[in-house]
Amino acid sequence: MAAPVLRWGCRGRRWALACVDGGSCYRRGPPTGSTCDRIRGQSSVAQQPLHTAQKPRKGEHKWAAVVGLEIHAQISSNSKLFSGSQVRFSAPPNSLVSFFDASLPGTLPVLNRRCVEAAVMTGLALNCHINKKSLFDRKHYFYADLPAGYQITQQRLPIAVNGSLTYGISAGKERGQVIPKTVRVKQIQLEQDSGKSLHDDLRSQTLIDLNRAGVGLLEVVLEPDLSCGEEAATAVRELQLILQALGTSQANMAEGQLRVDANISVHHPGQPLGVRTEVKNLNSIRFLAKAIDYEIQRQISELENGGEILNETRSFHEKLGCTVSMRDKEAKQDYRFMPEPNLPPLLLYDATSLPTGADPQQVINIDQIRETLPELPSVTRERLVQQYGMLPEHSFTLLNEVGLLEFFQNVIKETRAEPKKVTSWVLNIFLGYLKQENLAVSESPVTPSVLAELLDLLDSRTISSSAAKQVFEELWKREGKTPGQIVSEKQLELMQDRGALEQFCYSVMKDHPQVVMDVKKGNSRAINKLIGLVRKATLNRADPAMIKEILEKQLST
Amino acid sequence: MWARALWLGLRAPLGGPRGFTSKTDLQGSGRITAEVIEHLERLALVDFGSREAVARLEKAIAFADRLRALDTDGVEPMESVLEDRCLYLRSDNVVEGNCADELLQNSHRVVEEYFVAPPGNTPLPKLDEQEPFPHS
Repeated sequence: MAAPVLRWGCRGRRWALACVDGGSCYRRGPPTGSTCDRIRGQSSVAQQPLHTAQKPRKGEHKWAAVVGLEIHAQISSNSKLFSGSQVRFSAPPNSLVSFFDASLPGTLPVLNRRCVEAAVMTGLALNCHINKKSLFDRKHYFYADLPAGYQITQQRLPIAVNGSLTYGISAGKERGQVIPKTVRVKQIQLEQDSGKSLHDDLRSQTLIDLNRAGVGLLEVVLEPDLSCGEEAATAVRELQLILQALGTSQANMAEGQLRVDANISVHHPGQPLGVRTEVKNLNSIRFLAKAIDYEIQRQISELENGGEILNETRSFHEKLGCTVSMRDKEAKQDYRFMPEPNLPPLLLYDATSLPTGADPQQVINIDQIRETLPELPSVTRERLVQQYGMLPEHSFTLLNEVGLLEFFQNVIKETRAEPKKVTSWVLNIFLGYLKQENLAVSESPVTPSVLAELLDLLDSRTISSSAAKQVFEELWKREGKTPGQIVSEKQLELMQDRGALEQFCYSVMKDHPQVVMDVKKGNSRAINKLIGLVRKATLNRADPAMIKEILEKQLST
Repeated sequence: MWARALWLGLRAPLGGPRGFTSKTDLQGSGRITAEVIEHLERLALVDFGSREAVARLEKAIAFADRLRALDTDGVEPMESVLEDRCLYLRSDNVVEGNCADELLQNSHRVVEEYFVAPPGNTPLPKLDEQEPFPHS
């Protein structure tokens, strides 16, 4: 797999700044290509680099960045991985802690069936090979929020291996074109979460809350197939959507249900991989992209200036937009992995190997789980494109915005209007209003039924397109009026009387013989002037398309 | 006292070096270097208080080394005596918790239902800063 290439003509902080722009960086800057293309210099728009002042150095160096991700997703379950205490985001400190979670002597781990099912579902959704036998191990390190002094994980033989995650990068050049990319999934393993530490620097102490200790986690390890912040952010977003569609994790980064650590290194293509750094404390998808791009540029700058990269852990500083070394960490941790002596191997079955007469509660059938998998985002998007004739880019937007797909489908259910009309209204106008006021779909003043009603009026040609937009603006004001009410109040109904309209057209033409002359002479723009005049005369209550048709008919006679 | 605790700990079977990477691989040599002692002390938070303790450690390792005399080529290592037992799967129901008061009684210091710990990990003194081994 050829690693993408970063062009670095000469050191230029200006160049670095242009690329560090996180978030929707492929919208700003050059109009074509994604961030990665820009960095690669493969954009088809011939652009002069920002650093034209200096001559390009001899033997222009190309850099390639390599990004590997370790993603921890909290399993959505009622109780914890090895104990029966509750899993809940907020609760009084230490109230969701069992004796096992507090690591009291004499307690033993008991595996939660739901967590195993969640791991199998996720493994299947990511095209992994599910290991019919997997093992649990202890990973030892000392920290106050890990009362046992070790974490139970699956280091030797995890539950799923060798999968793939496909995501789509928007190619800004042609609207609606989405390039599919794949990152390999190295493995998925079950492990325990640790408790939470609250650092009280004032009193030089740490407060420990073990509510989170023992909650089940899925660790998804991705191979270093990613090459920039945008790819990483998109891949993580896709994983989020998959986990949410499966119901295996709510994957909310803000609530700590999805945590991502990035391993980043740079090298010259063809040469061995460089020293990597680990970046932690990434609390949102946007910061993930920003931190990765910053770190790539930092490493390139460092190496270009003759420095070297230390194999260290760095933290992302949100306000400053940079990564900072966490140098107080020990050089290399020795986790002293050992088999978890209290847990036998985890055995999974399929339809052919299922033991007869087994208690169904005690066996897990991979085939049965595969059959009951919910629809994955990629399949949903494909279905939307086929069913409603929308562009792939639209399907991505519909799934990316929380609640938007459901909204869209409810409108479709209740309106007679064409799906393409609905798509356009939901993605352009509705979404536009939401974004302007930074609202979630759930906070929208316009419900699907109301929008459906409006689109029906438009579809039946009761109102014009511009009138519909006016009505929408009124609806957004939360005054509780229906579209029908607004239309009659503001007298926005289109004229239905064709005869009256013909009369208007005739009189406008009579009053403006010069314009009529222009049209007859072949000036195509002149007819728009006539249409405008008729619209004014009819107080905007005539359908422009109909006006044009009548005018053309009258002009030809 | 620490040395005795370590001796008892070492009588349990050592984790197989085959399954995991091990920093303290002492093939052949019976001597344990100061670096290894420091490393072990940091990893396991034990205190080798005396030279006698280190000597005891070396003897324990030599004792366990006799396992290498066995020819185990082609034999799958046994990871657990439970390897042919059934792993019990529990239903996903909430049956425990809600005992903060009881748990907090175990803690030396408590602040508003939180356990109190020192800030971060207290770093161990470096080897050269330590007192030389006292005679036992």
